[in-house]
Amino acid sequence: MTTLPRSPRPAGPAPAPVRWTGRLSPRASFALRRTGRLVASLLIVVLASFFVVHLVPGDPVRAALGPTAPVTLVENTRADLGLDAPLREQFTDYVSGLLRGDLGTSIQTRQDVAEVIASRFPTTLALAALGFAVALAGALPLGMAAALVARSPRGRVADTVVSGGLGVLIAVPDFLISVGLIAVFSVWLGLLPPAGWGDPGSAVLPVLGLALGPMAYLARIVQVEMVKVLDSTYMATARAKRLPRRIVLFRHALPNIVTATLTVGGLLLSGLTAGTVVIETVFAVPGMGGTLISAVQTKDYPMIQGVVLVFALMVLAVNLAVDLILITVDPRTSISEG
Amino acid sequence: MTALEIENLSVRYGARSAVSDVSLRLDHGRTVGLVGESGSGKSSVANAVVGLAPVSAGDIRVNGVSAVGRRSRARQARLRIQLIFQDPYSALDPRMPVGASVAEGTLATGRRWSREARRRRVRELLEQVHVDPDRAGALPGAFSGGQRQRITIARALAGEPEVLIADEVTSALDVSVQSTVLNLLRELQRTLGLSILFISHDLAVVRYISDEVSVMRHGGIVESGPTEALLAAPSDPYTEELLGAVPVLGRRMTFEETATP
Amino acid sequence: MKRLLTPAGIAASLGAALLLFLVLAGPAIWGEAAAERSVADRWATAGGEHLFGTDDLGRDIFARVMTAARLSLLLTAGATAIGMVGGVVVGLTAAVLPRYPRRFLVWIMDMLLAFPWLLLVLFFTVIWGATATGAMLAIGLSGIPNLTRLVYNLASSVSDQDYVRAARVAGAGPLRVLFRHILPNIANPLLVQASASASVTLLAFAGLSFLGLGVQAPEYDWGRLLDEGIKHLYTNPMAAIGPGLVIVFAGLVFTMVAEALTPGQGLRGAAAAGRAAVLPRAGARPAPVGPAAGDRTALAEVTDLTVAFPDGAGGLVERVRGVSLSVRPGEIVGIVGESGSGKSLTAMALAGLLEAPAVVNARIRRFDDIDLAAPPTRAQKKRLGTELGFVFQDPLTSLNPALTIGRQLTEVSRTHLGMGRARARDRAVAGLDAVGIAEPHRRLGDYPHQFSGGMRQRAMIGMALTGRPRLIVADEPTTALDVTVQKQVLAVLRRAQRATDAAIVLISHDIALVSGFCDRVVVMKDGEVVEALDAQRIREEATHPYTRGLIACLPDMRSDRTRPLPVIDDLPPGGPAVADGARGGDPAAGTRTPAPREESSL
Repeated sequence: MTTLPRSPRPAGPAPAPVRWTGRLSPRASFALRRTGRLVASLLIVVLASFFVVHLVPGDPVRAALGPTAPVTLVENTRADLGLDAPLREQFTDYVSGLLRGDLGTSIQTRQDVAEVIASRFPTTLALAALGFAVALAGALPLGMAAALVARSPRGRVADTVVSGGLGVLIAVPDFLISVGLIAVFSVWLGLLPPAGWGDPGSAVLPVLGLALGPMAYLARIVQVEMVKVLDSTYMATARAKRLPRRIVLFRHALPNIVTATLTVGGLLLSGLTAGTVVIETVFAVPGMGGTLISAVQTKDYPMIQGVVLVFALMVLAVNLAVDLILITVDPRTSISEG
Repeated sequence: MTALEIENLSVRYGARSAVSDVSLRLDHGRTVGLVGESGSGKSSVANAVVGLAPVSAGDIRVNGVSAVGRRSRARQARLRIQLIFQDPYSALDPRMPVGASVAEGTLATGRRWSREARRRRVRELLEQVHVDPDRAGALPGAFSGGQRQRITIARALAGEPEVLIADEVTSALDVSVQSTVLNLLRELQRTLGLSILFISHDLAVVRYISDEVSVMRHGGIVESGPTEALLAAPSDPYTEELLGAVPVLGRRMTFEETATP
Repeated sequence: MKRLLTPAGIAASLGAALLLFLVLAGPAIWGEAAAERSVADRWATAGGEHLFGTDDLGRDIFARVMTAARLSLLLTAGATAIGMVGGVVVGLTAAVLPRYPRRFLVWIMDMLLAFPWLLLVLFFTVIWGATATGAMLAIGLSGIPNLTRLVYNLASSVSDQDYVRAARVAGAGPLRVLFRHILPNIANPLLVQASASASVTLLAFAGLSFLGLGVQAPEYDWGRLLDEGIKHLYTNPMAAIGPGLVIVFAGLVFTMVAEALTPGQGLRGAAAAGRAAVLPRAGARPAPVGPAAGDRTALAEVTDLTVAFPDGAGGLVERVRGVSLSVRPGEIVGIVGESGSGKSLTAMALAGLLEAPAVVNARIRRFDDIDLAAPPTRAQKKRLGTELGFVFQDPLTSLNPALTIGRQLTEVSRTHLGMGRARARDRAVAGLDAVGIAEPHRRLGDYPHQFSGGMRQRAMIGMALTGRPRLIVADEPTTALDVTVQKQVLAVLRRAQRATDAAIVLISHDIALVSGFCDRVVVMKDGEVVEALDAQRIREEATHPYTRGLIACLPDMRSDRTRPLPVIDDLPPGGPAVADGARGGDPAAGTRTPAPREESSL
């Protein structure tokens, strides 16, 4: 074999359409865009949690304490919360408080908000992390299997069953799945406790209630992506090489579904973070979710501000983690955005 | 008199330069072919002329009037040029009857049309491109690729353009359909006295239809001249390379660096 | 409206009618029973007089569920309307805004999208308080970012289309473009989305009321009933399951409506495809004649090849009919034809690469002594993997974007030739070197996107060279490439052929290219072989009118510029004929064809 003369055209890659990010590499420009977004999101989160009190129609303190509370109590509470100061001063106080880890005091219980959150945060984090792990561990094999079944000419019945099952799990909201789980495993079979948190047995139902919906949805995404990949020309190339099936699937197909799965899955998993609110209420798990719900019902604004802020930060952390994985995993980081 | 005059045109998309310092003249009733490979900037020239791409430097004149910028005189001038697109499948709104698409082209005339006048005009145009005018109410899905391309030509003609730009109009078509579209363009040119800027990567097609040819590469014009003369004796090595790369029916392709195993 | 007559459409219509009936008549029919208290009947279990049992005031839960339909569905409709209107207005505004304000708006929406929807709902609920209207506003507003993104994506995919650009060139303003082109083209997907989002909204409402943040006592919706019922889950499970089932049912109806509005999707199409693929396999396959019956000297051959695809209605469409083709060792065979001629399918079948849903039948289909109709044994796979190379049309998609060039070029040697990593790499380097890629060592670490189109196509040929190719099938290998790059790639292919003595099957739509590169040319049309010719003498020896038409209507560097091109008139159903353009002074004779070429697309 001999070497042919090189092409007269430039041997480098074809020039890609350049965006406003100038000549940065795709990876750097992706990182830059996402960092910008993270900073802006943080800003929005802080602003939103600060302003939520001011957006409440009427007098938030009066609303919180009820129409029967004496005027002096309302005045004192307002002074305690610093709501009588000029807006700019309130904001600087709020931000400096945040930086010191001071989230204020509950109107209703007079407890320190940061302390309440600190005592409940680990439970929520554990629930979310377990749900996250279960959803991910279930979705990948399920989705890939579903894709293979869908493409097999003889797998019509199996395909209908799998797609139907996934469809039901996606369509039924988490609180109904949870009620169903309790009805079956606690009421009917008496296997698992319907409420509580602490021992491993009591964690099973909440984690399943949290994870099943997102898992099914993610599995569907994996399935769709996998079918797309299986139909692509490069998979035909791999088949033309007559590689063993396991190599075709795991080396050639799997890496190509990671980007889409993570991009969509990331959104789903940050949704799962918020889903803990519902699950904790259903299963009486002593986490931040229950605190938030009762705070909203009693209009305990400092508590709401604190918990919403922590939830939003958790979401941003999940998004950041997904972005970091994307940057490492995808050689192109060709994640397209508006 | 020059129908279309492009002077030192440059087009930039952000940091990327697509066209730099291109000049071109298209006289009335003539066809100028613009030939080049992908990324040579030939489509950017077309888009810049009709205002779909940003002009960063240079001037484009239609009948001596500048067509660059936002002023209404420039806009009027731009409307005197109409563009035919490459892909007849995406060039017609799938939800709009083809007659309505052609009628939309009359907007470019700047005149007000009565409903009846417009309807008559649409029929006339469809007949001109050999599409049954009774099918004006049908959606594009009911037509073949070649018919669709003729309908887009009718739409372009509806604007009563001074200059027609045909941007790779045959490259999405099968050869058997290509010839009907080429014949139609020649026929229209003859009967309507149109001036055509014909853009293609296919040297043989450009040669067949054009009076003059300009060869583009890397955003600039490599050489220009009367078709026969230029292709018979190209002065630029790139033109020569292009010519040498076109396969000829029944002639064994030769590769300079013949194999020495 | 035909879509509503399918089983799914009928089910969706019936379900929607039932829900509408409940909204209109529910409170009138069951309202009284729902309010009637009876201390004696407190906490009655399900069954008998009370289908779902009774609550702590002795009220019939089934009647309450039926009565609650109105409030639940009206709130759903309200929130969906808020979300849809907001999404359409903001999304379409974004689509027609100039570049920078548009980017900013999309950026903001994307940022909001990163936050879970439930968190947004909770945030808005804080502002308006835990009331029914508060929840409606909260859920509606929280849906806006998502719907905005969707509308924006739909609208910008439409406004990128050439027909919108054509309208702009004709002088149409942004509003005309919006109302005449964008809206009609996104209306259907929007309708589907509205229905889907109604389903989500309904469930969200139920969830919010369930959490005690939505509808407040004494009013009640399905979510509240579920919340009340769950407290008695041990004594009367139906008190919770009843409302739960109704919520799921209503959600399902909205989803089904969405599905019924979406054309050609869902399980039905897939099922039909599956059926069709199974049916003819069983009996229709002719008894295997065995490889011995054909041309013994041929390296690869197919005889009487048919390739069919399910037509979506349970039948089959034959795309290749009775094609026979053989390739002798070292021979270069070209297959030429226009789109839809079946040339690519023939090549794929020859290489044994067609899979379900394609239905392939042939009297003989073999490569060397391997019967391609039977599942290959391990040893046969090894030989097919090394001896048969395939180059696809689009170099941008034929290499795996997630794997390095090096990995893709070492696989064959490692899997089939049993080479170690180092030797396989050496072979890959030699392969890249042979196809003229500079610095092959360094290039092994690159990903395909770092290669230009021509380089990728060369890498594909190099990949075939890492085996021991005896046949290389190249399906339109240069169609996506420029003519100068095409020549380089063909040179590489010719070089590879000389070096390995492999046979080549080259598929192309370009009859000039095929005649210039190949020894023998097979002309195909509409799934059949029209004729086979000596490549060099194609102009002289072509006898079939279709081939002659193809040759005549193709302008080349010698065409007479003063005369119209001949055209192929495909009007007579009996067969194609060449119509001289000059005849009757009508150069576009083909336009008389009343039927479109793509009838099947209707």
